[in-house]
Amino acid sequence: MDDILGAEVDEEGFLVNLGDWTREIAEQMAKDDDIVLAEEHWQVIDFLREYFDEYQIAPAVRVLTKAIGKKFGKEKGNSKYLYSLFPYGPGKQGCRFAGLPKPTGCI
Amino acid sequence: MSTKKFMYLNRKSSYGTVYAIESLEVVLIAAAFEQDVSLAFIDDGVFQIINDQNTDGIGMKNFSKTFHALGDYDINKLYVSRESLEERGLNEGDIMPLVYEDEDDDWKEKPSVRVISNAELSKIMSEQDVCLSF
Repeated sequence: MDDILGAEVDEEGFLVNLGDWTREIAEQMAKDDDIVLAEEHWQVIDFLREYFDEYQIAPAVRVLTKAIGKKFGKEKGNSKYLYSLFPYGPGKQGCRFAGLPKPTGCI
Repeated sequence: MSTKKFMYLNRKSSYGTVYAIESLEVVLIAAAFEQDVSLAFIDDGVFQIINDQNTDGIGMKNFSKTFHALGDYDINKLYVSRESLEERGLNEGDIMPLVYEDEDDDWKEKPSVRVISNAELSKIMSEQDVCLSF
């Protein structure tokens, strides 16, 4: 089994135990994907974590896009912007950095 | 792709079997295909959307919170059988106050849950293209 900074991850790199998550783990995951996490990434990551805490699921990309636009302004509420932050998909890659399971319905 | 009317029938309580959470997962997955989706709660299924659930004692995830996300997925037709509630000593006030934001009405919050009689429910069921029972 692989690990990131001592935290167990599955074959797709998602944390096995959601409670293991730290900001350092997110930074390490991003570094492995050649991404340096900036303020804009953290807005999305923090939002995903809050959403999961409230609803117990990771939001679908459509739902995430709408919610980000509502919270942080229209110019951010589109998939082009979110994909510019998370090139492997705001749902899949964003949720992985946020320490959440893969979004329900994400293939 | 044409739109079909899908109804998910929930007939079992939340935690004794895997049916309730599986149904909810399928609903969320299907929501991505932008179909006309409704949910019905009958028999013990009405327990799924009862207020103030607490799963601490059984060590399971309290997925009742997830019902609050359905509005974001444009799922805003949740029908609850009045007879099933009454048979279990429950009433409309015991149900979670689930809402959705109406895009066509300045994002006003509106209730998603409708308590209806079994006769009304049968009529709505007969209008569906697909009914999936859990």
